[in-house]
Amino acid sequence: MIPSLILVSIIVFGFVHLIPGDPIQILLGDLATPEQVTAIREEMGLDRPIWIQYVKWVGGVVTGNMGNSIFFSQPVLSVIGDRAETSILLALITLGLILVIGIPVGYLSATRYGTKLDQTISGVSMGFASIPTFWLGLSLMTLFAVKLKWFPSSGFPSILKTGDWTNIRYLILPAITLSAPNSALIIRLTRASMLDVFKEDYVRTARAKGLRDSTVNILHVFRNSMNSLVSALGFTFAGLVSGTVVTETVFSLPGIGKLVVDSVLRRDYPVIQGVILCIAVLYMAINLLVDIAYGWLDPRIRYS
Amino acid sequence: MTGFMKMLRSRKIAIAGICFLLLLVFMALFASFIAPIDPMEIDPANRLLPPGKGHIFGTDNFGRDIWSRVVFGSRTSIVSSLGVVLFSVTLGIVIGLVAGYFKALNAPFMRIIDVMMAFPSLLLALVLMTIFGRGLVNVILAVGITYLTRTTRIVYGMTLKLKEEVYIEAFRAAGASNMRLLLRHIFPNLTSPVIVQATFTFAFSLLDMASLDFLGLGLPPDIPSWGNMLSEGSIYLVRAPWMLLIPGIFIVLTVLSFNLVGDVLRDQVDPRFRHDIKGV
Repeated sequence: MIPSLILVSIIVFGFVHLIPGDPIQILLGDLATPEQVTAIREEMGLDRPIWIQYVKWVGGVVTGNMGNSIFFSQPVLSVIGDRAETSILLALITLGLILVIGIPVGYLSATRYGTKLDQTISGVSMGFASIPTFWLGLSLMTLFAVKLKWFPSSGFPSILKTGDWTNIRYLILPAITLSAPNSALIIRLTRASMLDVFKEDYVRTARAKGLRDSTVNILHVFRNSMNSLVSALGFTFAGLVSGTVVTETVFSLPGIGKLVVDSVLRRDYPVIQGVILCIAVLYMAINLLVDIAYGWLDPRIRYS
Repeated sequence: MTGFMKMLRSRKIAIAGICFLLLLVFMALFASFIAPIDPMEIDPANRLLPPGKGHIFGTDNFGRDIWSRVVFGSRTSIVSSLGVVLFSVTLGIVIGLVAGYFKALNAPFMRIIDVMMAFPSLLLALVLMTIFGRGLVNVILAVGITYLTRTTRIVYGMTLKLKEEVYIEAFRAAGASNMRLLLRHIFPNLTSPVIVQATFTFAFSLLDMASLDFLGLGLPPDIPSWGNMLSEGSIYLVRAPWMLLIPGIFIVLTVLSFNLVGDVLRDQVDPRFRHDIKGV
């Protein structure tokens, strides 16, 4: 875990410093004099050798200081923190939708294996997995926000700041957009992993001793197919992050995904570094938890 | 191959997928024949025309014919996705084989690959595009690198397993060189899963590249590609919804076709690969 973290930090730092374009020039505009540029560069430590910048940055990160955003002149952590509410809420609603749609529909599809219903579900879910996220988002926006005016079309006023829970309506369309391709994956995964378990001997035994179908399906088949579902959490998270970047841009949500895109366009090194590092570390942490949960769900797997 | 045909017959929808893909290749090859109007021709008098006579799918904000742009865009989309597939598969096979076969090399290579996987694909492609700048080759490289990790993992995993097989042991005892073992006895056993992975890479890279175009970090805006058309269409989504609808439908149908074909191939190649969604 520690060597991987160090490698992640080097890659993140290296990537961001390979980006062409001078952040100071962008910050000050075309009218800045060379003296001003040099002064600011020295002030921010961007004139030092690259490895010193790296050591300084890592030292800061370990103590919870990721430097200051060049654009906002605020600590990176607080810039990220300001946008966390939108992204976390969006992710939670989306995750809820994915689980509520994905698992029951996948279950239905597996238990009706080979029927018309199963084929329809497979076809529809594959269709949803084939739609570009932003295209779906824009289409939903045109239909439900612009034409029917059921939902607001863009933006998200903070619930924490305004205390107005009805603002959640701003996140409904984005959450539907984001959950569509991911639900499709979970439907297919639930179905495939349940079908695998159906073949097991203990399932036949359970049926032979006269247990009801639903009991066998839920307690024996579904319970044992959960391993694959849990192991899919890692890449569901990765898919969510990628989708969030696009969805937040489509709906102009003040979240972390939009922050990345904006920061890339503004060459705001420290923010890009901070966000990417946070996401990579979160991803690794999720995979670690998945490994632990795996052993817990399947007692045959024990780590020494 | 006969197994594949049998599988196809049981899944008629996959035949529709193959037909659509063939149609697409035909479109790309004979673009100027199918769409006689120049896709770059600007005609301000006829901008934002709805689908109808003269312009079957209407015109965009510059008065350019959408049908022509879709047809010529299919070239860009096929070429760039094919580029991603070739890049990620070739390099993935080489790295995966070498890292899996030579024990000394597996830690350094796979550590880097694993760490690369900690970056969500679109985010990684986004940062890479910022480094490389917009352009066709750059998009192929940026997206190709994100898919490289998946292909490498699959090849690596299979090589690890295969090199312990008894027949490999036997050939080695008979004096076969490492090179011969890798190329003649291990590599052929990898081709089917790699082909399956390539099919899905084609589908998903098309989606990723459209997203990059939309975010303004993909192909240069003057190249007619489906992603760029969607990106322009998103500005006119109320006044000219067809600008968004037409290229979108083509993307969905192409990705769907590849997914359908990939599904059949996967079930055919190895039932164990059935739940390996997106090849992760």
